[in-house]
Amino acid sequence: MSNYVSEIQAEQVSTLSILAADGTVVNEAAMPKLTDEQLRELMSRMVFTRVWDQRAISLSRQGRLGFYAPVAGQEASMIGSQFALDKEDFILPSYRDIPQIVWHGLPLYQAFLYSRGHQQGGIIPEDVNVLMPQIIIGAQIIQTAGVAMGFKLRNKNNVAITYIGDGGTSQGDFYEGINYAGAFNSPAIFVIQNNRYAISVPIEKQTAAETLAQKAVAAGIPGIQVDGMDVLAVYKAVADAAERGRSGGGPTLIEALTYRFGPHTMSGDDPTRYRTNEEESKWETKDPLIRFRKFLENKGIWTAEDEDRVVEEAKEAVSEAIKQADAVEKMTVPGLIDTMFEIAPPHLEEQKKAYLAKEGE
Amino acid sequence: MAQMTMIQAITDAMRLELERDPNVLVFGEDVGKNGGVFRATEGLQQQFGEERVFDTPLAESGIGGLAIGLGLQGYRSVAEIQFFGFVFEMFDSVAAQAARMRYRSGGRYNSPITFRAPFGGGIKGPELHADSLEGLVAQTPGLKVVIPSNPYDAKGLLISAIRDNDPVVFLEHMKLYRSFRGEVPEGEYTIPLGKANVVREGTDVTIITYGAMVHTSLTAAEEIEKEQGVKVEVIDLRTISPIDIETILASVEKTNRAIVVQEAQKSAGIAAEVVAQINEKAILHLEAPVLRVTAPDTVYPFALVEDDWLPDPKRVKAAIQEVLEF
Ligand SMILES: Cc1ncc(C[n+]2csc(CCOP(=O)(O)OP(=O)(O)O)c2C)c(N)n1
Repeated sequence: MSNYVSEIQAEQVSTLSILAADGTVVNEAAMPKLTDEQLRELMSRMVFTRVWDQRAISLSRQGRLGFYAPVAGQEASMIGSQFALDKEDFILPSYRDIPQIVWHGLPLYQAFLYSRGHQQGGIIPEDVNVLMPQIIIGAQIIQTAGVAMGFKLRNKNNVAITYIGDGGTSQGDFYEGINYAGAFNSPAIFVIQNNRYAISVPIEKQTAAETLAQKAVAAGIPGIQVDGMDVLAVYKAVADAAERGRSGGGPTLIEALTYRFGPHTMSGDDPTRYRTNEEESKWETKDPLIRFRKFLENKGIWTAEDEDRVVEEAKEAVSEAIKQADAVEKMTVPGLIDTMFEIAPPHLEEQKKAYLAKEGE
Repeated sequence: MAQMTMIQAITDAMRLELERDPNVLVFGEDVGKNGGVFRATEGLQQQFGEERVFDTPLAESGIGGLAIGLGLQGYRSVAEIQFFGFVFEMFDSVAAQAARMRYRSGGRYNSPITFRAPFGGGIKGPELHADSLEGLVAQTPGLKVVIPSNPYDAKGLLISAIRDNDPVVFLEHMKLYRSFRGEVPEGEYTIPLGKANVVREGTDVTIITYGAMVHTSLTAAEEIEKEQGVKVEVIDLRTISPIDIETILASVEKTNRAIVVQEAQKSAGIAAEVVAQINEKAILHLEAPVLRVTAPDTVYPFALVEDDWLPDPKRVKAAIQEVLEF
């Protein structure tokens, strides 16, 4: 036994998984107590999200969407984690985490507006507890420490959850945030979606740490690694973390091992420059949808007709949302000026007048 | 009325707001038990408890993110940056996050945060403690930047800053903390943000300034009046973003000559902005170019040349002379 701390900790991390790639249960003890209806709902959401992602990618290619970061491959970690939350729990997403905030209540057409850079994409409805997606990597982690502390101070039984990629864990804000939440014992859940690449940089070049879950050790908080292609394992880990947070047990760090099937974003990234075909095919066999579909089929609660129905619904919903987004009034510079401050100072009023006059011409 | 130093007035403002509004929280490094390295939060933790006034781990970015997250839960943070030179560690939170929250969410969320920080030269501090970095934050849309020059203003402005629903950077000049006392009313009162103050009336030249340079400018004004009978008007901006151009214009239209005095380095700063605005709005009232009296464009120097480096009354008087003789 070595006295070196790093070696001891790497040994301590094992990966939580519930379903094997063929859909059989490998860990009955960890199986979450979900009804058949809930299990079917999880599947519906994953299928819906896959279709939406495919549509978003093609809309993006046609220039009908703005900034878009594909999500296929990560559905289990995104949808499983959100499904474990209460509506009052707060989500602080990163740029890729649109499915979580949509399933938490943000209307789909607003997600498309956000993608286009329209201000209305970020006007979150009053009863939806999410922030607009974060672009600055790491900022969401320290802000989550604040939201979680707010829940604690208000004696609310809620948790704040946030997401970061493997690359993001190298940021100073990552450490500051998990350390703050630990020091204040706040009900925060930090989910690392380790999809193995930060744009093109592989995890091996990102850090010498063997796992990202072990980074929790330095902050003195519980850390766990889960199979991020296994929706039930992700659900279980987040549900347990939420339970811990609600009962005063403080924050949790969860590393979900996952993979993105598509490019980093639709803004010109080409994964063939940094990933091999073999690797991609290997991960495709771990597809979270295939695995969960087999599990449900074995249970006799999912059929091809179910799948077709959801696919049709998703296509319909996306077309509808795009129509809705197209119908929203254009964003204007005066509108932008109005949201700089609660009450615009005189110099901004003056600048607004100049734009109003220009637009009146 | 009580006689208070500026730091006492600042503590008083926080105490009153903590009492008035349960959503107000005060935190930062060493602000709790220790009462802050300058004692600005002295006694507040004792009075309000560790839930409302607390020490954070030593990580400035964490302080900024915490304030933003708490703001999303309806809390009004008074977050202390121990010295403003450490704002770089927190700059994303201040300039890229808090300042943009209202815009990004189309008005749905805000950041009702007051970022308090000591700054300012003449105290022979270590590196990156005294630097005048107000220009960096003043250039950021969505932030208000306040710099009081006396105890009365400090209290009234800080109360306004805490009540403001947008983020305010509140900079406290270290040299002014305890250098003199002034009359400060006991109870609560506010001074509106964005309003300048004519601290000395005059007819011949206008000095536009803020912070510790208000005092340097007043000294220069008094000396030059005694020596030559020149009557200098001195405007204390109090808020450097947004700038109260109305007050400046009214004065320049009267005196027809102006100089801007700032402790910060010369290029691209508040003084340059004031000159530009006068140029845009009052050029026909001017009898001479508007001059700047500032520090040179170097990094803030080690203590040995600090006094020489900072603008002093002599340099202010020379500038007055120059615009009079133009
Ligand atoms: C502070 C900051 N630095 C750099 C970037 C540019 N950038 C955007 S995404 C990205 C890679 C992130 O990778 P990872 O954290 O692994 O997340 P993933 O996209 O794989 O989910 C980079 C470098 C940024 N948005 N913010």
